[in-house]
Amino acid sequence: MHAFEFQRPKDLKHAATLARKTENARLLAGGQSLLPTMRLRLASPDAMIDLGGLQELRGIRLEGTQLVIGAMTRHAEVAASKDVMMAIPALAHLAADIGDRQVRNMGTLGGSLANDDPAADYPAAVLGLGATVNTYKRAIPADKFFKGLYETALRSGEIIVSVSFPLVKRAAYAKFKNPASRFAIVGVFVSETAGNVRVAVTGAGAAGVFRAKDMEKKLAANFALEAIAKSRISPDKLTSDIHASAEYRSHLITVMAQRAVAAALVGK
Amino acid sequence: MSEAVIGKSVRRKEDKRFLTGSGQYTDDVTLPRQTCAYFLRSPHAHAVIRKIDTAAAQAAPGVVAVFTGDDLAAAKVGGLPCGWLITDVNGQPMKEPPHPPLAQGKVRYVGDTVACVIAETVYQAKDAAELIDVDYEVLPAVVRPDDAIKPGAPAVHDIAPDNVCYVWSHGDKVATDQAFEHAAHVTKLDFINNRLIPNAIEPRAAVAQYSRAEDSYTLHVANQNPHVERLLMTAFVLGLPEHKVRVIAPDVGGGFGSKIYLYAEETVITWASKQVGRPIKWTAERSESFLSDAHGRDHVTHAELALDNNGKFLAMRVRTTANLGAYLSTFASCIPTILYATLLAGQYTTPAIHCEVTGVFTNTSPVDAYRGAGRPEAAFVVERLVAAAARELGIDQADLRRRNFITEFPYQTPVGLTYDAGNFNATLDEAVKLADVAGFEMRRQEAERRGKLRGLGYSCYIEACGLAPSNLAGQLGARAGLFEAGEVRVHPTGSVTVFTGSHSHGQGHETTFAQVVADRLGIAVDSVDIVHGDTGRIPFGMGTYGSRSLAVGGAAIMKALDKIIAKGSKIAAHLLEAAEADIEYDHGTFRVAGTDRGKTIAEVAFAAYVPHNYPLGELEPGLDESAFYDPTNFTYPAGSHICEVEIDPETGVTRVVNFTAVDDFGRIINPMIVEGQVHGGLAQGIGQALLENGVYDTDSGQLVTGTYMDYAMPRADDLPSFKVDTQMTPCTHNPLGVKGCGEAGAIGAPPAVINAVIDALAPRGVTHIEMPATPERVWRALQTAKPSRAKAA
Repeated sequence: MHAFEFQRPKDLKHAATLARKTENARLLAGGQSLLPTMRLRLASPDAMIDLGGLQELRGIRLEGTQLVIGAMTRHAEVAASKDVMMAIPALAHLAADIGDRQVRNMGTLGGSLANDDPAADYPAAVLGLGATVNTYKRAIPADKFFKGLYETALRSGEIIVSVSFPLVKRAAYAKFKNPASRFAIVGVFVSETAGNVRVAVTGAGAAGVFRAKDMEKKLAANFALEAIAKSRISPDKLTSDIHASAEYRSHLITVMAQRAVAAALVGK
Repeated sequence: MSEAVIGKSVRRKEDKRFLTGSGQYTDDVTLPRQTCAYFLRSPHAHAVIRKIDTAAAQAAPGVVAVFTGDDLAAAKVGGLPCGWLITDVNGQPMKEPPHPPLAQGKVRYVGDTVACVIAETVYQAKDAAELIDVDYEVLPAVVRPDDAIKPGAPAVHDIAPDNVCYVWSHGDKVATDQAFEHAAHVTKLDFINNRLIPNAIEPRAAVAQYSRAEDSYTLHVANQNPHVERLLMTAFVLGLPEHKVRVIAPDVGGGFGSKIYLYAEETVITWASKQVGRPIKWTAERSESFLSDAHGRDHVTHAELALDNNGKFLAMRVRTTANLGAYLSTFASCIPTILYATLLAGQYTTPAIHCEVTGVFTNTSPVDAYRGAGRPEAAFVVERLVAAAARELGIDQADLRRRNFITEFPYQTPVGLTYDAGNFNATLDEAVKLADVAGFEMRRQEAERRGKLRGLGYSCYIEACGLAPSNLAGQLGARAGLFEAGEVRVHPTGSVTVFTGSHSHGQGHETTFAQVVADRLGIAVDSVDIVHGDTGRIPFGMGTYGSRSLAVGGAAIMKALDKIIAKGSKIAAHLLEAAEADIEYDHGTFRVAGTDRGKTIAEVAFAAYVPHNYPLGELEPGLDESAFYDPTNFTYPAGSHICEVEIDPETGVTRVVNFTAVDDFGRIINPMIVEGQVHGGLAQGIGQALLENGVYDTDSGQLVTGTYMDYAMPRADDLPSFKVDTQMTPCTHNPLGVKGCGEAGAIGAPPAVINAVIDALAPRGVTHIEMPATPERVWRALQTAKPSRAKAA
């Protein structure tokens, strides 16, 4: 890790000003991706702006038909939240299975989304639920937020404040883990609201998280395992590595989507 | 008291300091005026170094010195030696290319050491290393052993243009070929024994200090054999007098073989500590460990087994290409030869065996001994062949093994070993019972109803431990002795300190050895302390590897104890005014036979050190004896492992649902420690079979699995609760009757797991799968196989 300047803003406004004015600065949320990258000297910011002290970015609350989760809420807090468990249990289960205990105690929702790792879990939930990412200046719908590998609609220095998740009839997340890293090789988030089904796939896409629209259509017509048994994502759009070829990932997407549907049907 | 000590699960004496964080590892050593070293490593698998410019690094903040290969060459620092000479089939010595501690002219693998930066802090050293400008001319690289011997492959060393270090063979080729000609059935297999990366919990580390006052060096190093480290470094590389170098291997957090060897880093900083006149510390980062610790396995093998109509094994033929990496590590040459081909008889009476091994250089990290070292590779060959033959012939797996078991001992194998003792039927019978093989079919059907495939796999392995008479090893090419040394010091008040050449880096010697001594002397375990790992304190010994500590090191201690009792008897005879012949040693007391007159060992020791009433004319004062023990044969731990897996055919995921290990380790001193050793070995063996794989990119030669993001270590939730038991036939040729247990799990488990996977997949027509049997490999095997109804037993 190279030396850097550490800044601890006292409120969101202060943080936004620092982020705008500091050269080669990075926002520090939970640090679970950024700090290892810095330790390996693959990232070397001159300054770190720590969001850890900002109360505006904390908290979980129900607002009408929305579950709103502050960007600096830790994975472990989401996993343990009774409100999340009541409103969208699939989200609590997803959070409970991110990384390991240490990662869950430090990692944050906003940090995960801003980083947009193609194998991260939260992007699947945000896209699969059709959530809205709220920054301090605007609200970005999930469909417009994710732009590719480690790329989002966020502008330089733009800070995520919270994410609004719509309440749904049912939802579930099924993940096939990399045996080494335990990141998703394929993770599929399925949700259903009145007549509307969303299926989001993480871990597999060559351009990051994406929606499986053919599966959505078939599940909207018939929310059942057999509806998508023959639905395939073309390997051309998928990533290949030593752990899983694109062809295998394509197969796993269908299997994991079916398992997510099965879990959603039993209300898990 | 003594009856209870051996065979008792005494709690580990060392755990108090380990569990309370007060262990003292090499990185815990901090010396006054200490500097830190950082090694610049090659980013290329193969390249010519045109020029190295260190000027900017030399001028960087905090930098004390920067050294390159040129500096070492100018100082006449030698290359790192190989400790075992293999002679090839034409009678020529193996090719031994130079291995400079810092690269000279060329780099040959990603991670090869290029320069050493010494600075006030490790961060300054690292920052300065980024300023070193190395002009590389990148060359094509070769990483796979089978690719390295293809015509036109890039040559790693000029002295081996075909990349062949040696072609070596073992066994009777004529008899083997003849047996194959007349065989009723021949089973053939081609497979890879996958490359493993050791991953000890403590990375390699060293602290070197030079004393100008004494013109001597002290090296703290995470190492398994400090005397061997010192001998190799002083005599072969640095040209220093041995008595001027003290090597201390303090608490060491796991080795698995990877800390046997003399490495570049500790050699360079020992030399440099005199140049800079200050102590130097180096601790590997985890990513450096992945790149630069000697790796294990990496064989490509074709193997054949000939059988007659009754399923009797007639002959075995094995051709292996073994990856030795870019340079010959300390014992690299003997692992895929001497420690491999000699084990191919396994537990069976196969009368003719022939094995040919081609050892090849590649642009990868050096490959050397890793837990099991040659023997896991041999067990995998034998047990995969036997399992495949049973399946092809429709013979029950256990039955085919029983038909071929060696049952009479001693048994001379056709590959040079003499098994002294064993009872292979007993271990298999017990394993079959413990694994509930009888209930397997019910479990399989139940799994099938859930859409899962279940399989059962056997592995009846044997290993050779406690390597072996020094003179025989010498004939086979060893450049070192293979004895062990021990010293027993009885203090004036009767407590005991034992100095051993063995080294504990997780094995629990401080407890097990204390139990041995306490038992023999009839004193409390707490009255015995074990000292190891410091050439300044212990006698010259060979250290710990190959499950040798108790079988060889323990035997040396037993010999020293015999001397203590013999001398104590003389002293007691004097004190008791009795004939020496009438003195018996019994539970801590020297007694006049048939009387209640006696002297405790504490009284005798006190008399020895306060010799007022003492036969000074005939006997030296003191009660302190040392002994060297050179074994007359290997020991032969053996066992039967049975693995049960469940496979999800939709995803290809394999779960080990039951694992049974019944091992014969001879006499057992501490069952709890033995069980722990078996658990750890099984985790590594299952890891090799299902998870771990060291992968280099075949084009760039980059290590693809260079972090835990890509190298899959087994975790607790990857493993079932093991069923472990032992059977006992004592070793006949060492005083404790022990055989060794440290490597058994890693040897027995891989073929058991793979045989189970194939058993599960066989009804779907799958006959082969490579290690690690990853979900994708299993899934692909299911996609491409032709379903068959013919399910053999």
